[in-house]
Amino acid sequence: MPAVTETIETVQSVTESTYKWGFETDIEMEFAPKGLNEDIVRFISAKKNEPEWLLEWRLRAFSAWKAMVEPRWAAVKYPPIDYQDAHYYAAPKTKVGPKSLDEVDPELLKTYAKLGIPLREQEILAGVEGAGSVPAEGRMPVAVDAVFDSVSVATSYKERLGKEGIIFCSISEAVQEHPELVRKYLGTVVPQGDNFFAALNSAVFTDGSFVYIPKGVRCPMELSTYFRINAKSTGQFERTLIIADAGSHVSYLEGCTAPMRDENQLHAAVVELVAMDDATIKYSTVQNWYPGDAEGKGGIYNFVTKRGACRGARSKISWTQVETGSAITWKYPSCILQGEDSVGEFYSVAITNNYQQADTGTKMFHIGPRTKSTIVSKGISAGHGQNTYRGLVRIGAKAKGARNFTQCDSLLIGDLCGAHTVPYIENRCVSAKVEHEATTSRIAEDQLFYCRQRGLTQEEAVGLIVNGFCREVLKELPMEFAVEAQKLLQISLEGSVG
Amino acid sequence: MLRIEGLTAEIDGKEILKGIDLEVPTGEVHAIMGPNGSGKSTLSYVLSGREGYEVTGGSATLDGVDILAMEPEERAAAGLFLAFQYPVELPGVGNVTFLRTALNAIRKGRGESELDAMQFLKLARERMKALSMPEDMLKRGVNVGFSGGEKKRNEILQMALLQPSMAILDETDSGLDIDALKIVSDGVNAMRGPNFSALVITHYQRLLDYIVPDRVHVLMQGRIVKSGGPELAQELEAQGYGAVQNAA
Repeated sequence: MPAVTETIETVQSVTESTYKWGFETDIEMEFAPKGLNEDIVRFISAKKNEPEWLLEWRLRAFSAWKAMVEPRWAAVKYPPIDYQDAHYYAAPKTKVGPKSLDEVDPELLKTYAKLGIPLREQEILAGVEGAGSVPAEGRMPVAVDAVFDSVSVATSYKERLGKEGIIFCSISEAVQEHPELVRKYLGTVVPQGDNFFAALNSAVFTDGSFVYIPKGVRCPMELSTYFRINAKSTGQFERTLIIADAGSHVSYLEGCTAPMRDENQLHAAVVELVAMDDATIKYSTVQNWYPGDAEGKGGIYNFVTKRGACRGARSKISWTQVETGSAITWKYPSCILQGEDSVGEFYSVAITNNYQQADTGTKMFHIGPRTKSTIVSKGISAGHGQNTYRGLVRIGAKAKGARNFTQCDSLLIGDLCGAHTVPYIENRCVSAKVEHEATTSRIAEDQLFYCRQRGLTQEEAVGLIVNGFCREVLKELPMEFAVEAQKLLQISLEGSVG
Repeated sequence: MLRIEGLTAEIDGKEILKGIDLEVPTGEVHAIMGPNGSGKSTLSYVLSGREGYEVTGGSATLDGVDILAMEPEERAAAGLFLAFQYPVELPGVGNVTFLRTALNAIRKGRGESELDAMQFLKLARERMKALSMPEDMLKRGVNVGFSGGEKKRNEILQMALLQPSMAILDETDSGLDIDALKIVSDGVNAMRGPNFSALVITHYQRLLDYIVPDRVHVLMQGRIVKSGGPELAQELEAQGYGAVQNAA
């Protein structure tokens, strides 16, 4: 493959000479040819100057992936993906961005305005040239990483975290700076061969976040993807690893309520969480990627593997997600409850409008005694949307006194959409207690009329009723996210009634 | 002033209102009485713009403005308020959120500034006190788990907050004990004044002992068959609707 040889040569010349100037400045010139093979995996690893063990780790993932078939058990439909017809290492598009907001799609701007996003941030989100060089004012946390090119802001937060011994950086940086931690934990929660998409991610991941909270430290701020330097775009194959050592506490926010422009159709991220004795990890996601147009064309395929291990006694992992974007969502944030008295939680709102499809839920593996899990899932279907809750609660023989409570509520708007609930419960322990509740309802005409008689528009009324339906989940979100998420729910359902 | 002329309306092709003529001058409270199935609730829904009620003829104007062409929320902004016979539950939606959202929607429609959370709470507490409503009703979901009386008081609270120019009270007395009836009536009477008019729809004369109307209209089979002063209500109570029907 001469193309590959050529690019590898380019990389070598780059790494030898200009690399010292930094990876970012050179990125425009560098990309791998289309397709996926061992050479590409080596290329990526070499590009990132990775140690030998990580390259081998990636290659093991790749050979596992080759032997696997794409899962088709989810209740989602999409045309076959040609994995050889994609770049696995590509520079950001060199296409010139819009010069000002006047050149940006007015629909996108309308959405920003409704979300109350300040002008400066709108420019950054829409990719306006030159935007982002000045930090946005009066709104923290600023939802866009590019803002943090500003050195002062970056240093102040790094200093603050550094004082506590907290490590928060890109995973590439962690591989260089903290290889022992990465090596110790990477792939221990989601092994390379776990599933088709996780294997693919393990072979070709390019970046993601790394967090380590030392023993007994309570992270003084919400960590957000957007604080991270060097994260120009949500990676196509993002890899995140969060470790909360004994007695520590961290809250991590992923995503953004503003719709992000993204050129990649397939996203296959992996997130691994590890909580030691008495540690707590709260992981909140607001996912609002491009869902495709009203006819269902385009849109992101979001095939994510998220899993947390409660390794220590009394540890706790809590997932909260608000999924409004993507054409297809395939996602089951899970908890492995190993430590005794450990707690797993999953709070989810998933909206499908137009032709969106979501197959999402969680898995709770109760291994240790007296482990507890709570699942609250709220699915909202509108338009032609299809929404499936798929969940597994497995209670092992040693999980004496384990408890699970599951509540799955579905809300239907219109008569062309669908809601499906597929709960699996496996209990091997007599002293365990498992509860499951499920409801399906519609937004009633009398509810809408009642609201409108009080002066609310149809859309405001739907927003209010849906927010009420999702209340139990939204209250789990950190404050700053919750308010935006409420608006987002309303916007996502615009045009779904009437 | 509410003016209804020759109003006809149907549900699922069945004509319910067969030509209503009615005027409620500003500042007056009128009562509409009638037996079950006479079209009382239909009239309130037609005026407030509920889906499924099709106007087939006639007109209805509020202060000279044609309300039948408006969306329900536009009618609300124009000053029309309907106190529901069966107030609707909105699970998970906090009553305080709902009330404030509604008030601000109406204020926006009127071109007034919106109230922030603190301003709103102050106002809501004042109004609730007047209606002997416990404050925890603000925190609960809209009408969820409310008793019949609480639901009706919540309707009157909304009216007191939104300050409509024209209120339709659809069988607000149904399901109320005598104490609640008195509280609700006091709430309505407190609104009375030169800029407020009301259409009180009721089955029984009882409510009209507390909210004394300026005029009483009898609605039967989709038409106003008789109008008179407050004494008409007592007449009906004594003789029943049958007597009116025979006379008409």
